[in-house]
Amino acid sequence: MTSLLELENITIQFGGLMAVDHVSLKVEKGWISALIGPNGAGKSTIFNMISGLYKPTSGKVFFNGRDITGYKAYKVTSLGIARTFQNIRLFKNLSVLDNVRIGRHCRGSSGLIGALARFPCTKAEEKEIEEKAHEALEVVDLLDKKNELAKNLPYGEQRRLEIARALAADPVLLLLDEPAAGMNIQEKQTLMHMIQNIRAMGITIMLVEHDMSFVMNISDHVDVLNYGQKIAAGTPSEVQNNPDVIEAYLGKEID
Amino acid sequence: MESIIGFFNDPYINQVLTLTGIYLITALGLHLITGITGQFSFGHAGFMSIGAYTAALLSLHLETPFILNVFIGGLAAGFAGTLLGFPSLRLTGDYLGITTLGFAEIVRIVFINLNITGGARGLAGIPRDTNFTIVLLLAVLSIICMYRIHNSRFGRALTAIREDELAAEAMGINTLLYKVKAFAIGTFFAGIGGGLYAHLIQYLNPADFGVSRSFELLNFVVLGGLGSVPGTILGTTVLTLAPEFLRFVKEYRMLIYSALMVTMMIFRPHGLLGGVNFRKLFLDLVHRIMAQLAKTKNVGGK
Repeated sequence: MTSLLELENITIQFGGLMAVDHVSLKVEKGWISALIGPNGAGKSTIFNMISGLYKPTSGKVFFNGRDITGYKAYKVTSLGIARTFQNIRLFKNLSVLDNVRIGRHCRGSSGLIGALARFPCTKAEEKEIEEKAHEALEVVDLLDKKNELAKNLPYGEQRRLEIARALAADPVLLLLDEPAAGMNIQEKQTLMHMIQNIRAMGITIMLVEHDMSFVMNISDHVDVLNYGQKIAAGTPSEVQNNPDVIEAYLGKEID
Repeated sequence: MESIIGFFNDPYINQVLTLTGIYLITALGLHLITGITGQFSFGHAGFMSIGAYTAALLSLHLETPFILNVFIGGLAAGFAGTLLGFPSLRLTGDYLGITTLGFAEIVRIVFINLNITGGARGLAGIPRDTNFTIVLLLAVLSIICMYRIHNSRFGRALTAIREDELAAEAMGINTLLYKVKAFAIGTFFAGIGGGLYAHLIQYLNPADFGVSRSFELLNFVVLGGLGSVPGTILGTTVLTLAPEFLRFVKEYRMLIYSALMVTMMIFRPHGLLGGVNFRKLFLDLVHRIMAQLAKTKNVGGK
């Protein structure tokens, strides 16, 4: 059986800097998989390569057994990989509902002619978009704020709105780039439940996160990066006791 | 009633209002490119001239029906917009602005040097087929189009590009294609405006479609409030009528006009109607009226 997502010796170079160096990893269907590592380890860069924003220098990305290396970002999304961003990138001046509706873009088909003529099928599609957007907002508990402007939401809710926007695309794989960053303990708890609920909906989740207790509590599988290289992989407890990981995070003991 | 009809029948008033309508149609095209999609175009007048010359030449040489000529003029401008769009919409911000500016200049110089367009002498003798009724009709149609685009999947994709292009791409929007489409539609409107203009003024000269005209069109869109249809209508009307109302100050006219613009930008940098949400205002008003009605009903019940 093929894995849902498989990276094969993926490498990206920015000038002289090897940001990601021959990393291979797998994400199986149904997992909550975490990618951790110190700052600058290349975690977000890997996300950008999976979602098509960066093109790897070498190596391959397989999704459902299909080689998607070098696909444009909009194509990757329509295949079923949706993402959030580390530094929130909402459509700030649009309403919460419009943000999520735009997230549904890749599942629609009506274009300019439909917009002008408003065929029955266009109206039906609009209705479907609206329903799906409501569902997605319900998952992150933001439905009562649907008419607010995105920029007026508090920080934690903006992060949740990003998740709703990604969910609206009906993804198979959801990439969350530091979803808990800047949240307080209660907000992190709520977020953890939401992520578990999303997994229960049958969506596989891959996340980058700095908060170790968050990662260790929620993930089935952890990959650890340091300086662009993969140094460990396994279940949270395996990784926690791995000497290389301890060294990367805490430094080496001098004899 | 009679005085109103008399007012519209006055040739001067009629001409000014028709011209306002034509500029509105053209400005709505730019509204879609700059206000909705967030792409700068400093060469909108160039596309207006493509539509104007195409429609005028068809009327003069082939004598095909006026409305058809205007439509073909629009298509020609839209086609030119698409051709320019594919390579240049990969650029952003200032670079795109400069490219469009350069394109408009190229168009102007080509029209000066072609024989068929009358060169620098201009193109005269175009039939006067444009009238206020047609322009009003097309302007209303354009406004409806803009509203329908805005409230659709297509329009939301364009707004997403304006707000955050990278996020839009990650949401599954083929941003380059959508930008080109917005450019094509926007320049189509410019071409329609140009065709109507040609059949109103009856004389075309490349100098009428220079850089200053492009910036004037951009002012129409920005002054009222970028990204707002009512704003574009207001901006176009105010800025087309202001020089007319200021005729009494003679040569100081443009000076005052400029001073007005500067004052405006200081006090309302987002445009006159920038940030005004008409839907919300309307809903609030309805809400208040309903509350008032309920109140009077209750009092009446007692």
